[in-house]
Amino acid sequence: MSRHEVLVDADWVAEHGSDENVVLVEVDEDTTAYDGGHIAGAVKVDWKKDLQDPVRRDFVNKEQFELLLSSRGISNDDTVVLYGGNNNWFAAYAYWYFKLYGHGDARLLDGGRKKWELDARPLSTENVTRPASSYTASEPNTDIRAFRDEVVAAIGNKSLVDVRSPDEFAGRLLAPAHLPQEQSQRGGHIPTAVNVPWSKAANDDGTFKSDDELKKIYSAAGVNWDGDIIAYCRIGERSAHTWFVLQELLGQSNVKNYDGSWTEYGSLVGVPVAVGDEPGQA
Amino acid sequence: MCGAITGGLSVAGIDTTKEAVIQGRVLRAGSPVAGAYVRLLDPSGEFTAEVPTSATGHFRFFAGEGTWTLRTLAPGAKADRAVRAARGSVADVEVELEAA
Repeated sequence: MSRHEVLVDADWVAEHGSDENVVLVEVDEDTTAYDGGHIAGAVKVDWKKDLQDPVRRDFVNKEQFELLLSSRGISNDDTVVLYGGNNNWFAAYAYWYFKLYGHGDARLLDGGRKKWELDARPLSTENVTRPASSYTASEPNTDIRAFRDEVVAAIGNKSLVDVRSPDEFAGRLLAPAHLPQEQSQRGGHIPTAVNVPWSKAANDDGTFKSDDELKKIYSAAGVNWDGDIIAYCRIGERSAHTWFVLQELLGQSNVKNYDGSWTEYGSLVGVPVAVGDEPGQA
Repeated sequence: MCGAITGGLSVAGIDTTKEAVIQGRVLRAGSPVAGAYVRLLDPSGEFTAEVPTSATGHFRFFAGEGTWTLRTLAPGAKADRAVRAARGSVADVEVELEAA
């Protein structure tokens, strides 16, 4: 993959957003954002309601994903352009999720909602309905999804990249600072993980930095490009943003997102935890 | 400590003894700015969180103790404000943007 195949800018959306085979999809944590105004023609995907199993902590299964995309009028050969709030965290998560279930042509709108709004581009409150389709998903591709046992085994062996803020990495905060901090799990990080906050990869307006800048940032942090890389954060959405950078923009083929992330790891019994600003020992 | 703060957002439902709250409002020529982006930067300038302002221009963070920078972005405007947060207190900040 390379940048022009996976990333579009606002001008591209203005020109092609209503093309027959293009579907704009807004993905948010706070779905009232979509309801208050969205890019014309965009359908809504609710990160929690649509993409998480309502009972177990896991994804919706293949059949549920097929139903979701069919109900939104998305076909297998459509170009899906994802965007959202929080600097595209949840849109990147959805991108990764679409890839997990084998969607061919998915892209992110560079800068997401924020850049669109800061540029004072128009938003619409019109109800969007698309004729239902018949979507067929692939079996989940676990080459891009890491699970806890693999993460524990990766300590000291693979590049673990913790993409949370420095205060979360060190254990001084347990959640991003726009959320209340009262949580039960331990603070800290997976030993040997390097801390490269997701935000290092983005400009203030939410757009991605250049490939050269990105490569330097992760190289300087000690990421081994020849080995396997696992990214994690708190619930897997910010690390999906970093997964997108490493795998889709920089073309690494050996990157996994650990969506269990700190809310799982930090609650496991008996696993090693490092606190403070240093990666720590295996 | 609970209930409304003079001039600020209500902190009802928040345990302010455990949280270091930073909150406030973004204004332009005295009027609230909805949909501005307020980001919280740590002492090294690293991003820690970001929220869009509400319809009434309000924002809120749950920070750690220390000195932080609030960086506000709105169409045609950018403003930085330093703020101190401490557990058990609520730091109320008004960010005034230059008139567009």
